[in-house]
Amino acid sequence: MARNVSTQRKIVVTVAAWAIGILIFFPILWTFLTSFKTEAQAIASPPSLFFFDWTMENYHEVQARSDYFKHFMNSVVISIGSTLLGLIIAIPSAWAMAFSPTPKTKDVLMWMLSTKMMPPVGVLVPMYLIFRNTGLLDTRLGLVIVLTLINLPIIIWMLYTYFKEIPGEILEAARMDGASLAKEIIYVLTPMAIPGIASTLLLNIILAWNEAFWTLNLTASKAAPLTAFIASYSSPEGLFYAKLSAASTMAIAPILILGWFSQKQLVRGLTFGAVK
Amino acid sequence: MGSITLNSVSKVFGAHTVIPSIDLKIDEGEFVVFVGPSGCGKSTLLRLIAGLEDVSGGKIVIDGKDATELPPAKRRLSMVFQSYALYPHMSVRSNIAFPLKMAGEDTSVIDKKVADAARVLNLTDYLDRKPRQLSGGQRQRVAIGRAIVRQPVAFLFDEPLSNLDAALRVNMRLEISQLHQQLKTTMVYVTHDQVEAMTMADKIVVLNRGNVEQVGSPLDLYHRPDNLFVAGFIGSPKMNFITGDIAKGYGAHTIGVRPEHLDLSTSAGAWRGTVGVAEHLGSDTFLHIAVDKVGTMTARVGGDFPVRHGDQVYLSPQEGRVHRFDETGLAIR
Amino acid sequence: MATLHTRSAARAMMAPSVLLLLAWMVVPLAMTIYFSFLRYNLLMPGMEEWAGFSNYRYFLTDPAFFQALFNTLAIVLGVLLITVIGGIALAILLDQPMFGQGIVRILVIAPFLIMPTVAALVWKNMFMNPVNGLFAHLAKAVGLQPYDFLNNSPLMSIIVIVAWQWLPFATLILLTALQSLDEEQKEAAQMDGAGAWSRFIYLTLPHLSRAITVVILIQTIFLLSVFAEILVTTNGGPGTQSTNLTFLVYAQALLQFDVGGASAGGIIAVILANIVAFFLMRMIGKTLEA
Repeated sequence: MARNVSTQRKIVVTVAAWAIGILIFFPILWTFLTSFKTEAQAIASPPSLFFFDWTMENYHEVQARSDYFKHFMNSVVISIGSTLLGLIIAIPSAWAMAFSPTPKTKDVLMWMLSTKMMPPVGVLVPMYLIFRNTGLLDTRLGLVIVLTLINLPIIIWMLYTYFKEIPGEILEAARMDGASLAKEIIYVLTPMAIPGIASTLLLNIILAWNEAFWTLNLTASKAAPLTAFIASYSSPEGLFYAKLSAASTMAIAPILILGWFSQKQLVRGLTFGAVK
Repeated sequence: MGSITLNSVSKVFGAHTVIPSIDLKIDEGEFVVFVGPSGCGKSTLLRLIAGLEDVSGGKIVIDGKDATELPPAKRRLSMVFQSYALYPHMSVRSNIAFPLKMAGEDTSVIDKKVADAARVLNLTDYLDRKPRQLSGGQRQRVAIGRAIVRQPVAFLFDEPLSNLDAALRVNMRLEISQLHQQLKTTMVYVTHDQVEAMTMADKIVVLNRGNVEQVGSPLDLYHRPDNLFVAGFIGSPKMNFITGDIAKGYGAHTIGVRPEHLDLSTSAGAWRGTVGVAEHLGSDTFLHIAVDKVGTMTARVGGDFPVRHGDQVYLSPQEGRVHRFDETGLAIR
Repeated sequence: MATLHTRSAARAMMAPSVLLLLAWMVVPLAMTIYFSFLRYNLLMPGMEEWAGFSNYRYFLTDPAFFQALFNTLAIVLGVLLITVIGGIALAILLDQPMFGQGIVRILVIAPFLIMPTVAALVWKNMFMNPVNGLFAHLAKAVGLQPYDFLNNSPLMSIIVIVAWQWLPFATLILLTALQSLDEEQKEAAQMDGAGAWSRFIYLTLPHLSRAITVVILIQTIFLLSVFAEILVTTNGGPGTQSTNLTFLVYAQALLQFDVGGASAGGIIAVILANIVAFFLMRMIGKTLEA
């Protein structure tokens, strides 16, 4: 009897959860489906969910019109470049804070995180002018630098929380075993921290991929990543829903797939190790 | 080879003095145990010797050379940690080989030394496993293996048995003692467990609040404790202490009698008391006796001694087994 | 772990990140402060002159400023309210045994991975558009007049879009926290006669407090500077009804080229963020220390 009730309950929960899940996911699904419709079908009333003539037309047109691949490559270079650069700067720093803490370590970390609190708009004007005067405006290098800086506190914080979980005794053991500092980091710390480094990497690629303040304000066309590519669809030009959908699908698909595959690491990374 | 000398070594953390000043000489081949309650500075002292912490003052001489400023890697010491500190991402083989690899030895030499160590420690069948696939005792042996392959000047052990269960602890105690007899290398061993100290040490250093209370062989400390602290710390069950008029009768401020040095009788004796709890171990029985005008005392009697809760008994200290202490807690000899 | 050697090595290894962040914080901020006291328009180069506090006076007396201040706080609080409450409810639902939990999780996490420009454009055109949007179709289907969301309640619409993006984040973090709640504690509470509601109030909610703090901290950082969602949907309008501080400063700087005024606005935004950060950090400090 008790078993019966729990199966019933499980079914109710399943239905409710699936309904809410699909509801939350629906805008993305709808966009995906619309991208295969013709423009006329995209605004047909009543709209049809699956029963329309599927076409790839929009994808071709978006590539032809706004050169998707150029923007895609910009996004890839900027997000991966800024994340790797950030990691290179952050790993030694996080090592120092986790394994050679001083009474000030916590304050330094808090201060670093607080730089994230500074609204980007507070420094928009000087950054724009600096970029304009140094020729960094609308370059990938410029965006890599800015995104590295804005994500650095998060990278350090995440690595710090991962490193903290590695028992200091193991590093001391390496030291007793005759390892130099560099060897200690290369042979012992880094291999042990691989899962943490991986999830830091993932989360920051996603954050950088989706960053939409600096990428919009510091690029025009040459270095514009997908955020800017999509923003160019913000003013309607005739019938454009299907094309917008195709462009949107192309902009989000890479990161969506990456995020789905790395769900677990992502969630861990997102909590900054503060929630187990 | 293998001697360690501390010359007025001190350690201060901020405003907190952990070790005021310690002088100590550890001879070559000796098995020295640092023992004391938690927070007495014994682990800090070991880490100072290892070079994992800087001394605040004084000098550490290892093997005749001043090592005070040397980094841990250069002191030619090996350490076995409380948590074993095995490298989780490496196989047992790579763990044991790591110090050799760091020393830049040839692969063939490394392989041979690892195989030798594995044989000595019964790890041959486990060389390709990862640490997490091993039991606690096996991990402990891997940690020891990693320590011995380098043929260090001395071994340092930081409470290595405290994570093992009781039965395994007794075994490993024996294995480490045997290892010491085989290798004849200096060993410095830190523990809070006086039984480990008594059973393993050639020389025990009793530490309390960063000070050396007494240095001596296990039986020395047992029979001739220098002060109240050592008297109370060494020996199980603890020594009974009596102050007041009875102590004055012995010409002391405090007297101490070990539970095994009390004679019990149901008819007559020096002090009368009532049996409270009786702990039967089979071979022995520990009696907790409420003694008139003194308080609770512990006595150790044979397992067959016929008393029960509530019985009246008489206690008499054995001749020549009464330890006397003055007001400052120092032994009166 | 702490010898002189390792400590100096540690300092050397921290130096690059600290110096970079310090430079990142100090240099542009100092420039912003300097500009905020100038009469400085990009369209009139070489005409810069000392302006004292007039930029601030201009900015602070601008009715748009108060609207923007209100909108900024409304977006932060509105989104936090929706995502925290919705996140708790959703996390509890997803924590129950069910079929296909992994797939539901994948569905729920998706909006977080969507870039803000895409999210905003999709909502604006495909859903909220009064003619061709899905909501308009739905309204017509049940015989109602389609509602022009972005024109009639622009701020609310933006809050909904942003909340949709952040709900997955809150849900996942709270779910992770929920899953770490000790099963025995729940059973003990049941034995003590606690009903579902009191178990939630006395057991679940306190257990979640740490996770909720993390959600609030991280979301606030990002929500204070919502930008792209406004840029591609309403452009701050109609009028200034959906302009937040970030957007107001952006408009001043890059649309009107008024560097002085924008800088003054930027400094005000920084001050506001610092006030918020001060309270937030104290809260976080307390919860995360434990």
